[in-house]
Amino acid sequence: MSKERAAAPASEPAPAARASRRGQWLRLRLRNIAPFATLLFLVALFSAASPSFLTLDNLANILQQISVTGIMAVGLTFVILCAEIDLGVASVANATGIILAYFTAQDASVNIANLPLPGLAAIVLAVFGSFCLGAVNAFGITWIGIPSFIMTLAMLQIGAGICAMLVRGQIAYAVPKVIAVLGNGGLGPVPWIVIVAAIVLALAHIVLTYTRFGRYVYMVGGNREAAEYSGVNVRAVIAAVMIISALCSGLAGMLGVAHFGSAQQDEFDNYLLDSISAVVVGGTSLFGGQGGIGNTLVGLFVLGVLNNGLDHVNIDSFLKILIRGLILLAALIINVYAQRLKGLPEAGES
Amino acid sequence: MPPAPLLELRAVAKSFGGVAALKGVDFTLDAGEIHGLVGENGAGKSTLMKIIAGVHAGDQGEMRLAGDVVRFRSARDARAAGIGMVHQELAIVPTLSVAENVLLGMQPRNRLGFIDWPAMIAIAKRHLENLGLVVDPRAEMASLPLGMQQLIEIARVLFSGARLIILDEPTSALSPPEITRLFALLKRLRAEGRSFIFISHFLDDVLAICDRVTVFRNGAKAGAARVGDIDKAWLIERMIGAGHHELEESYLGEIQLRGPEGAADAAVVLAAEGLGRGTSFQDVSLTVRAGEVLGIYGFMGSGQLDLARALFGKTPPERGILRIEGRAVRLRNTTRARRAGLAFVPESRRSMLFALEPLYKNMSISVLDRLARLWLKPKREREIARRHIAQLSIRPAQPDRPLGTLSGGNQQKVALAKWLTFAPKVLLLSEPTRGMDVGAKEDVVRIVRRLRNEGLAIIVASAEPETVLALADRILVMRKGRIAREFANETVSKDRLLAAA
Repeated sequence: MSKERAAAPASEPAPAARASRRGQWLRLRLRNIAPFATLLFLVALFSAASPSFLTLDNLANILQQISVTGIMAVGLTFVILCAEIDLGVASVANATGIILAYFTAQDASVNIANLPLPGLAAIVLAVFGSFCLGAVNAFGITWIGIPSFIMTLAMLQIGAGICAMLVRGQIAYAVPKVIAVLGNGGLGPVPWIVIVAAIVLALAHIVLTYTRFGRYVYMVGGNREAAEYSGVNVRAVIAAVMIISALCSGLAGMLGVAHFGSAQQDEFDNYLLDSISAVVVGGTSLFGGQGGIGNTLVGLFVLGVLNNGLDHVNIDSFLKILIRGLILLAALIINVYAQRLKGLPEAGES
Repeated sequence: MPPAPLLELRAVAKSFGGVAALKGVDFTLDAGEIHGLVGENGAGKSTLMKIIAGVHAGDQGEMRLAGDVVRFRSARDARAAGIGMVHQELAIVPTLSVAENVLLGMQPRNRLGFIDWPAMIAIAKRHLENLGLVVDPRAEMASLPLGMQQLIEIARVLFSGARLIILDEPTSALSPPEITRLFALLKRLRAEGRSFIFISHFLDDVLAICDRVTVFRNGAKAGAARVGDIDKAWLIERMIGAGHHELEESYLGEIQLRGPEGAADAAVVLAAEGLGRGTSFQDVSLTVRAGEVLGIYGFMGSGQLDLARALFGKTPPERGILRIEGRAVRLRNTTRARRAGLAFVPESRRSMLFALEPLYKNMSISVLDRLARLWLKPKREREIARRHIAQLSIRPAQPDRPLGTLSGGNQQKVALAKWLTFAPKVLLLSEPTRGMDVGAKEDVVRIVRRLRNEGLAIIVASAEPETVLALADRILVMRKGRIAREFANETVSKDRLLAAA
């Protein structure tokens, strides 16, 4: 009832409300402020605890460590903004990396019945492979109507299966030259992998912020039904984000294989949790429609600083796992809490 | 001195964040009375009801139940004191049986602690029979018609020991025979000494069943009377005050539908032949001309809203042919419908608006592909938003304000505005005035008339006769998914419309 709930805090600049204005401004930006404050806090903490933490060399380390996760997290950001999830990112990355190695001539000592092709062909096939896996996700979710949580869980297994079939427990080492350079080389002092990650993040930011497609992603995540009633092709948008996610994973997988120097089963297992954590810790809403690449970037640094910093401060390595879990839990609590705060008091009736 | 009334409220006031929702209201309810509560949305009915049911606590004033001062801290307190409530949205569990619903939370158990099914069914059967309800207690709730579900919910509230039951819009979803049955039950319970507060927009229903009626306007009591002493005009006058000519006319009088001099020679914009989908509607054929408003009226669940959704490609029709400007089109999704020149405003505000996004994004979303191929043009979007804000006098006039902070009526205008940047060929409105106060309703009437005069073809689907009568040039009445009658070029009144449905 309009009169009864016109008391909505945001709708009146009454003198009493003036004081709570600032509080409200903070509340509505909790999603963006909390991750940044966490980052500053962690940097301060580790700087105080260890002299080797706050150095240029270590910054370079951190950047390298978050690059592969970062590329995957970009795809996930699109997916989570649409209020979907992709649990297959690490698996698709692994599969793509292995497809790439499979089509590359390996050293004679490598015991894999592979199919050597020119480098460019191998890359094209690997990218196509990740595209296909994304397309299968898209089809299952939008046409069949399988919830993305389940669909991508199946894809996680399918990706692992592809890896297993291609390498059969062996390890491949060689990848095409370009990929090897991008994954392992550097432009002067800056590793290529960091540059690629930065470019991918920047491109994604531009797409999400300044293009029509980006707007559709936010609107579909904000209110799917309303988007459909506005004539937005919701299915196409969701299909697109699933494919984008798979392509990002594919790129991360190829560079990752080069970066680690090998392609093998279960190589990317940690990356699923890390990339989801980065997006969520950064403050992108799990309910869709809120957040973005800026959030993901901060989330990546929070995770990167945490992982790296814990190595600098002589801590029980088994405790580290627990600490990461607790940080993720705290981020989830803030995420859900921020969502509730932002649920603006509706001025109209329900 | 007469006995104390069952419920007595004195000078009850309640405000929300400085806005007074109730301004010192008195209210009494006797045992064995059905008391009507009418007023427009926002008049304070809901607030009063929620105070009585313990959902809100009043700021001031006192409430006496059977002579004793009571102060409920929660809905549970109110229930314990014998106050029950039946919401418009029924609080039933559709997948459980009738018996389980009636005894919800109070199922009898056997010695092992399991639910004693035979006893439960027997108790439910006896209870329902006592109320004169003939229904199999084992039937699944969802398999019953809505009217029966509602009666069963009333039975449940009674079973939990309520002596005072608040009925919120009990007749809005019922067909006339179902209403008759509801009223028979209420009279029977009244004779047993139970009391009811009957909240409704349907004044005829209020006059038919209530003993007394209280009218609310702007958080205050605008009148109270015995039903025998007053008529509908008296109620409307107190509800809305003077000067609402257009709506009063549609409430009361005969409406002359526009004759052939109107749109009859204009081009047919949308033509449907034999549309059907599942069980929701069958065999629907209709045409709309440019500059014409076609009303589609039917009781809730008669298929008119499903039809509107289908025309917009949300749930595409399975059978039949749809032509737009003579060309056959298949609308497999809403994007195609929009590109074909259709525009749709759904009945629920929640399902058409992005509450956290600014106004301008809410308005541009449906025209984005005509504004921008790849890169967004926020400047242009804001410009368009400003134009609509001025045209439809949307308040507050700030394109960057999050939509969720606007009032309901203004949100509704935004939902309409997003289709007006590039004029569609056909505008589909589903329940365009549901839940609106009179002022906002008149705004809608004005806007729709203006769009019609500009040559738009408009379809209005509604279960509220007043809405259809106020807006339409021609009316189709739907009954159980089929078109039952057409009113064109003749006079029509609410009772004739209802009789046809």
